[in-house]
Amino acid sequence: MNDQHMNDTSQKVQALILTGFGINCEEEYAAAYRLAGAEATIVHLNQVLHGHVSIHDYDILNFPGGFSFGDDLGSGVVLANKLRYRKNAEGRTLLDDIKEFVANGKFVMGICNGFQVLVKLGLLPNLSGNVTPEVTLTHNASGRYEDRWVRLKVNPKSNSPFLKGLDTMEVPVRHGEGRLIISGTDTLAHIEEQALNCLSYTDFDGSPTDVYPHNPNGADLNCAGLTDTTGQVFGLMPHPEAFLSLYNHPDWARRKRLNLGLSEEGDGLRLFRNIVEHVQSQRQTAVSPQEASQFSS
Amino acid sequence: MDSTQRTIQLLLKPGQHDGEGQRVAEVAQRHLGLTTGRVQSTALYTVRYPVTDEQLRDFATHCLQDPVLHDVALDEFRHEPTYKSYILVAKLPGVTDDEGISAQNALGDFLNQPLDTHTQHIFSKRLYFLEHELPAADLRRLAEELLGNKLINRFESGPITDIRDYTPRPGGGAESITNLVPLTNLADSELVQLSKDNLYALNLEEMRVVRDHYVAIAPERQAAGLPADPTDCELEIIAQTWSEHCKHKEFSAVIKYKDADTGEEHEIDGLFKTYIKNATSEVDRQLRANGNDWLIKVFSDNAGAVRINPESLFVWKVETHNSPSAIDPYGGAITGILGNNRDPLATGIGGARLLFNTNVLCFGNPEFNGTLLSNQLHPRRIFEGVRKGIEDGGNKSGVPTVNGAIVFDDRYAGKPLVYCGTGAVMPMQLAGLDSWEKKIDAQDRIIMAGGRVGKDGIHGATFSSIELDETSPATAVQIGSPITQKLAMDFLVLATRRGLIKCSTDNGAGGLSSSIGELATISGGAVVELEKVPLKYPGLRPWEIFVSESQERFSLAVEPAKMDELLALGREMEVELTDIGYFTADGYLDVRFDGDSVARLNMEFLHNGVPRKVLEAEWSKPQAAEPTLPATTDYTDVLTRLLGSLNICSRESVIRQYDHEVKGRTIIKPLMGATGQAPQDAAVVRFNFESWEGVAVSNGILPRFGDLDAYHMSAGAFDEAVRQIVAVGGKLPNLSYGDSNFWSVNDNFCVPDSVYDATTNPDGKLKLAKLVRMCEALRDATAAYCIPLTSGKDSMKNDFKADGVKISVPPTVLYSMTAKIEDVRQTITSDFKQADDVVYLLGETYDELGGSEFYQLFGELGANVPQVRFDKAKELYTLMGQANDQHLIQSCHDLSDGGLAVALAEATFGHGYGATVDLPESLPVHVQLFSESHSRFVATVAPEDVVAFEQHFGARATRLGVVTPDSQLTVRHAGQPVLAASTAVLRHEWTNGPVNRIIGFGQPVGEESAR
Repeated sequence: MNDQHMNDTSQKVQALILTGFGINCEEEYAAAYRLAGAEATIVHLNQVLHGHVSIHDYDILNFPGGFSFGDDLGSGVVLANKLRYRKNAEGRTLLDDIKEFVANGKFVMGICNGFQVLVKLGLLPNLSGNVTPEVTLTHNASGRYEDRWVRLKVNPKSNSPFLKGLDTMEVPVRHGEGRLIISGTDTLAHIEEQALNCLSYTDFDGSPTDVYPHNPNGADLNCAGLTDTTGQVFGLMPHPEAFLSLYNHPDWARRKRLNLGLSEEGDGLRLFRNIVEHVQSQRQTAVSPQEASQFSS
Repeated sequence: MDSTQRTIQLLLKPGQHDGEGQRVAEVAQRHLGLTTGRVQSTALYTVRYPVTDEQLRDFATHCLQDPVLHDVALDEFRHEPTYKSYILVAKLPGVTDDEGISAQNALGDFLNQPLDTHTQHIFSKRLYFLEHELPAADLRRLAEELLGNKLINRFESGPITDIRDYTPRPGGGAESITNLVPLTNLADSELVQLSKDNLYALNLEEMRVVRDHYVAIAPERQAAGLPADPTDCELEIIAQTWSEHCKHKEFSAVIKYKDADTGEEHEIDGLFKTYIKNATSEVDRQLRANGNDWLIKVFSDNAGAVRINPESLFVWKVETHNSPSAIDPYGGAITGILGNNRDPLATGIGGARLLFNTNVLCFGNPEFNGTLLSNQLHPRRIFEGVRKGIEDGGNKSGVPTVNGAIVFDDRYAGKPLVYCGTGAVMPMQLAGLDSWEKKIDAQDRIIMAGGRVGKDGIHGATFSSIELDETSPATAVQIGSPITQKLAMDFLVLATRRGLIKCSTDNGAGGLSSSIGELATISGGAVVELEKVPLKYPGLRPWEIFVSESQERFSLAVEPAKMDELLALGREMEVELTDIGYFTADGYLDVRFDGDSVARLNMEFLHNGVPRKVLEAEWSKPQAAEPTLPATTDYTDVLTRLLGSLNICSRESVIRQYDHEVKGRTIIKPLMGATGQAPQDAAVVRFNFESWEGVAVSNGILPRFGDLDAYHMSAGAFDEAVRQIVAVGGKLPNLSYGDSNFWSVNDNFCVPDSVYDATTNPDGKLKLAKLVRMCEALRDATAAYCIPLTSGKDSMKNDFKADGVKISVPPTVLYSMTAKIEDVRQTITSDFKQADDVVYLLGETYDELGGSEFYQLFGELGANVPQVRFDKAKELYTLMGQANDQHLIQSCHDLSDGGLAVALAEATFGHGYGATVDLPESLPVHVQLFSESHSRFVATVAPEDVVAFEQHFGARATRLGVVTPDSQLTVRHAGQPVLAASTAVLRHEWTNGPVNRIIGFGQPVGEESAR
């Protein structure tokens, strides 16, 4: 691919967004980072798998939503499998690189299908630390794919910088396989103890709920998102990147009527601002600016 | 190494909920009356690739099994011991098997081997176990009517002690056989029979023209070393090119029109030319005269194109996929939407970015409980299959389904109508060239991109040009693969921006024959080398390869110098590209297999040789009268029943299964408000994240009114689509010099066979007269509003014939409209925003209850069909645009099915508001409440804007009342309450109407929503 160009040192936080093979939310994902002040780069998965692009040149690795490889074997399964088994010329898998990436203190985020990939891969919740699947995401209790808006509550005990200072969030869910199943009381207890269940579906009073449609899929712990124990790896079923502006919300017109001075920003954008600011603050402690190369497709 | 066939079975672990099994048991009981007992569903993967026992086990457990959910069984069919029967659902040879291909992809990764995904090594199947012992006939019924479709699936079933497996073994060696089809001495009856036997769908006159052509060119062919008789491939190409589907012969025909009531007669020089092309030329002239030169491409490519701004084009196309959806609803609909996506993708150079999908569906009553005709599918099954096809086609492609409609009428029970629309954005310039132009020079290479070719979809173009009957061919069925197309789409976007592609077109109806045949007209000829075409499996004859409609393929014209770079990009993105020939300028379409001529056709004859039809139309006004209604009517009850009626009730269960906001740009979605249940008039989508420019999208379709007058039906449908866009804040075009306010409309006519035949179609002349009148209204509407048509389609044979019965659709036209929105933040939604806002009726109500939903409740049709007064409508819409500039309108909902009463109720669904309304004393109450007069709106205005609003609209606005905080809808007339209802109850009736009940969810009253 010939669009690669090297940039000089950039102060901007670098977000890498994977695409290809049925991933389809990469454009709004990139827009989210750009609006949050970061540099977003969309690359085809094969550029990473073939070693043309290194994830280590970036601060945040992102798995967008979509239907990777058609999701025919279960959401995210084929992509997770590719990350685990497909080796590049040096005999390394992308999972090897991701482990190193996280060990270096960097961040990984997955939304919807991307979250499913992280779960099927075992990067979430990764209680054992050896990246094997511990929980799963399967068909919604309703048996249907659904697009509807939900309210989320952030687990106040979560240590993830993605969620710092956030309390509630409205976002759309758009999935058929978002029901988190945690089998084994030990696993469940560990997740709760360490507050890895970082987001819950709530009713209109803000209480976590298992009642459809507030909880759209019947997830265990009413859980909409998970982090790993470090808080660096974060995934969620709903789509914060689909609520970047007020005008994404189904009730925007009435809300604007009630309050003409209402912010034009959507709830979802706060999450991206969080992680971008966090990486920037980490940077400020670093001595020299980081070299980064960028690719665009 | 063991190279025999191996089997992996995935079973849910004990304790895991088997939703699919449960659903099968429930639906079998509910719809088929079969008691299965518990049903266990399992997945089977048959591996026909050499793997060791250890590899098979590890692949199954590491790659296919979800360790939380599944147990794995290898080389056995494991089941609980209490089960008595089984049903295996496999796919027929060549049918798309995305799940099998995905498993194969995973196997390649697991083994770290480059496993070619184009040759199938893994086959996916479903294996069901039933608790009860069912007779063979019942198992077969369950299989064919619930678990699959015999046109695409192979079923095995029986007692569980005797499980038979089936894995497709397609083909049996190459068949490079080309036959000659002698025509020379055939009598008329033999020509007709030949056409029928081969599904050519050519009539006698056309067959004669072909025969005479071959007689005339015999010396020329002899000189070129070709046989005098045509080859099978040549006739197939001619049949495809001349098909009604591709050539629109009836829209080009000379029509002798007679008005039986007045005795007047005149001749129409082609419907398309007279009413569509010429009307748009006139609109374009007016636009350009006023400095509006945004109309870039009309009727001449896969989709129409208008300019958004100096940088980008908006590309818009709507098509139908009716015949395939009648026999395989899921496959028909998914290929419909994916096929329609390829039109904007392959407009001009190609590589537009898809922005949104729409769909409009016409079905029979899904609660039909009569006897079905042979091979007629139940309307509920068609509905569910089509809905699922649109869900997968849109969702898996990452294209939001932002707008749609569902119309029910018993006459759609034979052939449903499935309209699919796609909007896209394309840069004005691609690699320095005008993106909308198609240029090809001799010697440019022909590249086929995307999927492979199989027998699926052979004869689709000709098949859709004839009426359906119980013997309709299985090969006409295709299954789409959204993932294959998504890869090809991503590839096209990148390749066109790098200047690697000169132009592209899609392989839809007619396959390579159509796509290359059409592209070849640009350079003046082509040579195609069919042996290079990659096949799904061997066994296809050359003609089959050329006309197959296997999906997800594009044909590209590529400069020889760009080939290496293009092929490298294809490898990187895993899109199969094959060089299958080159363009020429010698005037011939030259098709070869291994160097032997398979077809050599003169392009002039191929594209212009079809004889023009002459058709007869005769109009007479139907006898109709206004009914006498019961003296006293409870209008609260009427409104409640209307809200729960099939054509008005909520479509939420359908809408929510479509992703309507992927891409993050949907500003007005189908359902809005705090409740997420307020229906909207038009969708609004912004183009990107850098500006607030966007597009409004609407649909107008009113087949009911056609029973009274097809002219007013068509005019009304056009107005409906216009006013929906005006309701959300869109402005009419050309109001001021150079306002750049684009509109782009697609017309889609779907009519029953309208060619008169004394025995088979005795009312054909009247049907054609209705079509003529629909077209006249279209011409008048485009002229009145100065709104151009940019593309469209006609589907002329929407009849289903079986057991001596014919079910014909009512003449139907859909107008799919798009218009520029300067700033999406200024758009307006339908729901009431705040208590004390003042409610107005905009526009005038007439005594026009003919064809209304209100009369329908009483089983009446009436006579007074609603008419569009174009001048008054245009004036009102212009005023509304000005009012919106001053932000005078807080909510706006157009009046359509069910009239004012339904519109008022729907406007309360977004929050918890009510309204108190006083009707003027002019017309009778039922007329004011339920008349479906066009060009009207319910609008609300903030109290502080009332003076300015009333001044602005004058007599065009009627003050009705106020929005109230109390969730009560009260309507008074002459001081007396005539309608009073809780809006929560109304919303409950609407939400729990038949559509949501059938698709499966409804909301109990009291389960309250957002505040």
